[in-house]
Amino acid sequence: MKKKARGIPTWVLGVIGIIVFLGLWELTPVVGLVKAQYLPPASEVLLTLANDLGLTAFWVAVGQTMLAWFLGLAIAAVSGLVLGLVIGMSPFLRRFTNSTIEFLRPIPSVALIPIAVLLFGMKLESSLLLIVFACFWQVLIQVLYGVADVDNVAMQTARSYGFSYLQRVRDVVFPTLLPYLMTGIRLGASVALILAITAELLIGTPGLGKEIVLAQSGGAIAGMYALILAAGFLGVAINGVTRLVQKRVLSWHASVRGEVIV
Amino acid sequence: MKTLKFIGYLLTLPVILLLWWWVATSGEPNFFVPTPAKLAETFVNTWISERLFTDVLPSVTRLALGVLAAIVLGIALGLAVGLNRTLRALTEPVFEFFRALPPPVLVPVLMLLVGINDGMKIAVIISGCIWPVLLNTIEGVRSIDPVQNETSRSYGISGFNQIRYQILPAATPTIMAGVRQCLSIGLILMVISEMFASSSGLGFSIVQFQRSFAVPEMWSGIVVLGLIGVALSFIFQWCERRVLRWYHGLKEVEHAV
Amino acid sequence: MQSDTSTTAPQGDGVTASRGRTLPDGEALLSVRNLKKVYRTDGGDIEAVRNLTFDLGRGELVCLVGPSGSGKTTLLKCIAGLMGTTDGEVRLDGQKVTGPPKKMAVVFQEYGRSLFPWLRVADNVELPLKNASIPKAERKRLVAEALEAVGLAHVPRSYPWQLSGGMQQRVAIARAVAYQPEVLLMDEPFAAVDAQTRADLEDLIRSVWKKLGVTVLFVTHDIDESIYLGERVIILSSSPTVVQEDIVIDLPAERDQLETRSLPRFTELRHHVYAEIQRAKQGHRPAEAAGVVTE
Repeated sequence: MKKKARGIPTWVLGVIGIIVFLGLWELTPVVGLVKAQYLPPASEVLLTLANDLGLTAFWVAVGQTMLAWFLGLAIAAVSGLVLGLVIGMSPFLRRFTNSTIEFLRPIPSVALIPIAVLLFGMKLESSLLLIVFACFWQVLIQVLYGVADVDNVAMQTARSYGFSYLQRVRDVVFPTLLPYLMTGIRLGASVALILAITAELLIGTPGLGKEIVLAQSGGAIAGMYALILAAGFLGVAINGVTRLVQKRVLSWHASVRGEVIV
Repeated sequence: MKTLKFIGYLLTLPVILLLWWWVATSGEPNFFVPTPAKLAETFVNTWISERLFTDVLPSVTRLALGVLAAIVLGIALGLAVGLNRTLRALTEPVFEFFRALPPPVLVPVLMLLVGINDGMKIAVIISGCIWPVLLNTIEGVRSIDPVQNETSRSYGISGFNQIRYQILPAATPTIMAGVRQCLSIGLILMVISEMFASSSGLGFSIVQFQRSFAVPEMWSGIVVLGLIGVALSFIFQWCERRVLRWYHGLKEVEHAV
Repeated sequence: MQSDTSTTAPQGDGVTASRGRTLPDGEALLSVRNLKKVYRTDGGDIEAVRNLTFDLGRGELVCLVGPSGSGKTTLLKCIAGLMGTTDGEVRLDGQKVTGPPKKMAVVFQEYGRSLFPWLRVADNVELPLKNASIPKAERKRLVAEALEAVGLAHVPRSYPWQLSGGMQQRVAIARAVAYQPEVLLMDEPFAAVDAQTRADLEDLIRSVWKKLGVTVLFVTHDIDESIYLGERVIILSSSPTVVQEDIVIDLPAERDQLETRSLPRFTELRHHVYAEIQRAKQGHRPAEAAGVVTE
């Protein structure tokens, strides 16, 4: 049963909310609250965006941003998972590395921008350095939580039946870990987009962020807002996809576990 | 013995890493990476100086102001929206868009709208940091246990008292998760708003050092940023432990069953 | 108090009235008249309560018992003012109930969710008093007395989740008692605690009732519990709910878990209520016609 608000379906209210928002945006420069050269009306920006959607250059920029996002996230996820498993499964390593992890983790990855510039300049690697550093901790921490959550009884049972290290990882640790890993990847996915765009804005690695800076310095203000909208929609899409994947993977996971338990 | 073991676990790996760094850099001089001694010396000379007051403190003050404003506004707005089902449905898609929008793109926008000044930098931090707090507050209020609401109603607890004693505490675990995200976004935005358009501040100085190839100074600036990050994280954890003591206790009991 | 206008004796078979006992105007503390509750959903209307009429005199301890799904919780929420009625009315002391009245306190079944986990035991008990702007000294006294009455004077500084289920429900009872209500509504409060604790809590309710002279309406699905606790038991039909029967429990006032439960009269009453509930489950309805009842 879907919840209703005073009889009007939720999605209709949502659409009304979007229309109101766009209306306010449209009116702000018209009324003169902000100069139209700084904030063009919504209609102009949306038209520019629609126009952009037909340009190859726009899609190339989107592709570059997504490439950095995907590679960075993938490297971070794999290294976070492997290191998290190795550290998490050994109580000694967990305690041994704890202080170092707690100290390195809060370092903002944007602090690495100068190093990235010195080492790689305006190449993709600069973006990757920032993205991997930021996402790695998200994944690692979740994997560590996940391994810590593994049922001791299940682990001892597996050991008493002579499961090897790899078998224990695959059959006991990994199933428990999966929801945590998915959370880490979901958080990492949005952080990765933030840093991909940051690198493009500040370092000038190719992608949407660089186009935004170019549009702004070139005085194409409506173009800049259109690209910003595009970046927002990219974010919405990434959030949507990761949520969907998480749900899919975990529903499979829950049903499999359910069968084992019953 | 126990404390000794604790200190051992705490320090062994950092010491090994430092030694490794020292050995790796003490051979022939490396342009990109200074030796630990050189970095320490540069750090003291560069930052324990006038710069502390001209660059570090103003940056940190802007960060603190921006983050605090974002938290207060986010919670207040989140309560207003979260408690009203119609308002929630109206605003949800627009808010979701702003949550998904990578906050750094706000820097060029606010440069245009506000100009290049302190106000812009604080505005950038607020407008980027408010979303996780706002959306988590809405979610926290929305998912309050209906039995708690009925309890309040049956005892005539309503209005401000209900918010103060029931709704806000019940939503705090979710809100704190938003505040954690808010802090890390705030630090990112503090740095890049200064790197983008500024003539002072931490971010500006670090980029200056990099552009003039003053590598040890650049590294020392990175260390300052790292220290601020670590300090923020500790402050947050300390607050969280105090505010959510009941919550962690409750979870522990639930897990034990 | 002893007006027996429409109280049916346990042996009266077939002569069931479709309304509970009512009292002359002005004598009832709580009166429920032709209460009807229909839930409107996307899938159509669901009639949970069809027509309920009964009165509670001042100082009575009445149990409402009915088969599961007989709308007991719905009825209680309507009486508590937590839910609007579709038709009919609830009056407390002559005042029509439109929202939760000040003179009423509710003890919910889900003690774990009804107590606020961020407040310590004493603070949970104190909160409604603080909200009612009762002076601090008075508050402290009421909280201490209430905790004493439920046997929890030793744990005021604990958090509810540090206590066992039975103790948590005692905290909820203490909170209700400290609020000094005229009517105490209890919605299957002991459904989620173990049998031993349950017996203790039943005795606790009897002693609190006697000590404070409060009027208690106790909802349960447990037949033995309703007879052991109540001075009167109202049996509900299956949904859509009407009153199946309203009987007086003529057991001695001093009740004892072993003694009382082994009295022949207890067994008789138990048989009678059990039979009525079985009939209710099979769909038998007393004088099935809402129209007859509505004047």
